[in-house]
Amino acid sequence: MFDFLSKYNDPTLLGAFWVTIQLTLFSAVGSLIWGTLLAGMRVSPVPLMRGFGTVYVNVVRNIPLTVIIVFTSLGLADIFGMTMGAPDDFKLQGFRLAILGFVAYTAAFVCEALRSGINTVPVGQAEAARAIGLNFSQVLRLIVLPQAFRAVIGPLANVLIALTKNTTVAAAIGVGEAALLMKSMIEKEAQTVLIAAIFAFGFVVLTLPTGLFLGWLSKRLAVKR
Amino acid sequence: MSSVLYDAPGPRAKRRNTILTVAFVVMLALLLWWIWRVLDDKGQLEWKLWEPFITSQAWDTYLLPGLANTLKAAGLAMVIALPLGAFFGIARLSDHRWIRIPAGAVVEFFRAIPVLLLMLFAFQFYVRSTGLSTEYRPLYAVVTGLVLYNASVLAEVVRAGILALPKGQTEAAQAIGLRKGQTMSTILLPQAVTVMLPAIVSQLVVIVKDTALGGVMLTFPELLNSRGTLAANYANVVPSFIVVAIIFIILNFLITSFASWLEGRLRRGKKSTGAVLGPAAVEGTASTGAGGGLLPGGVVGGGGDSGN
Repeated sequence: MFDFLSKYNDPTLLGAFWVTIQLTLFSAVGSLIWGTLLAGMRVSPVPLMRGFGTVYVNVVRNIPLTVIIVFTSLGLADIFGMTMGAPDDFKLQGFRLAILGFVAYTAAFVCEALRSGINTVPVGQAEAARAIGLNFSQVLRLIVLPQAFRAVIGPLANVLIALTKNTTVAAAIGVGEAALLMKSMIEKEAQTVLIAAIFAFGFVVLTLPTGLFLGWLSKRLAVKR
Repeated sequence: MSSVLYDAPGPRAKRRNTILTVAFVVMLALLLWWIWRVLDDKGQLEWKLWEPFITSQAWDTYLLPGLANTLKAAGLAMVIALPLGAFFGIARLSDHRWIRIPAGAVVEFFRAIPVLLLMLFAFQFYVRSTGLSTEYRPLYAVVTGLVLYNASVLAEVVRAGILALPKGQTEAAQAIGLRKGQTMSTILLPQAVTVMLPAIVSQLVVIVKDTALGGVMLTFPELLNSRGTLAANYANVVPSFIVVAIIFIILNFLITSFASWLEGRLRRGKKSTGAVLGPAAVEGTASTGAGGGLLPGGVVGGGGDSGN
């Protein structure tokens, strides 16, 4: 029944899902950093930075991820010559470009989640922090963001799960992850339903435990008010 | 909120803010200058690459048909997914285990799977098992994928809407002797849909964005796919990307604005219960797992979008 799997050596089924996992993890770390910076900009005292944050989030959220990913390949790589440190290795280049696209896109959602978390911190705390002489970046770093992060683990988990599913879009620029392997398998083999079920199962295995674990964590770490 | 994090600036803060502003402007300017120079080097700024967009040619041949296909797929998906979603949302609330559990399993399953996999499967399924003509396959596959995914998302939206209604509604309906089915169809569902309408409308943004997947992976001639044909003709890669991105941004901005206008209107309306679950609720439920996004303070949602 599963004989056909042995025909696929590069990438193998597990190899393709490993690429999916790697895409997810690197993009998650990148978008958490860039998203936090954006959230900091959106609440900062400098009007220009606030404006930049607002424009970035609203523009990027409304562009389809597919457009962004295809642009990283046709625009950034071909026109702007961004080879991401791998000028001759197209596989590696596509992988890194896809991560760049995912980070740019997902950061907008991380930023919005964090901003809603910042809003859950009682106003009095920021006032008290300022009263003992902390400046903006100290208030944000020491008082507000730590509590905001604990409040938004649930929403961030949703972002992470959406990201896991979104990494399939990398197939659009030929990154050998799960969706691309499924496309080539499903076109060549007769067992359409079986192959689809295998890949569907793979994604359920990736997303379900993540959701359950982070849901549990968000309940445990939520700041009780 | 932002003003709570800092005081009205004194002389030192003013100086610091000015320095930060200047530094930021310099960085942005450097970035823009680099982009401009590369584009100039590669000849992407030549007038003949931009000219097609102010004549009717590029619009009539590529962009407008592409946009029409995007809207067609998104509209069809929405129209089919909504009743299906309502059905599954209600089924999940059933008193009978044998309805509730399978419905829950179906909804959770389709929410956990990427839309792209659903589209690829639907496409191959139509190739193998139906006599559907080649011309219609991509559209059908895109709509099928979008319907399966978004119906399960909308099921959660409808369920949240029904659960958000005051308990007295059901009790009053039972008191005047309505059956369960009657209570659902005449009392609960109409109110739930009204309450969730903004969230439902803004789900359209997710659907519109996801149609682009069909363009790249299934050669469905939507906007992003038409951009490829257009760029093949005029060799204007960057200009065509910019124009297509702007069309998507405007389209989705209009949908978002309509949703929030609707939310404001419903909130003021006399007929509603006053509780309106806004667009954020969709985003909270749009992705799998993680027990909802009910933030402290009763704000529903927050979280990430789902789609692409």
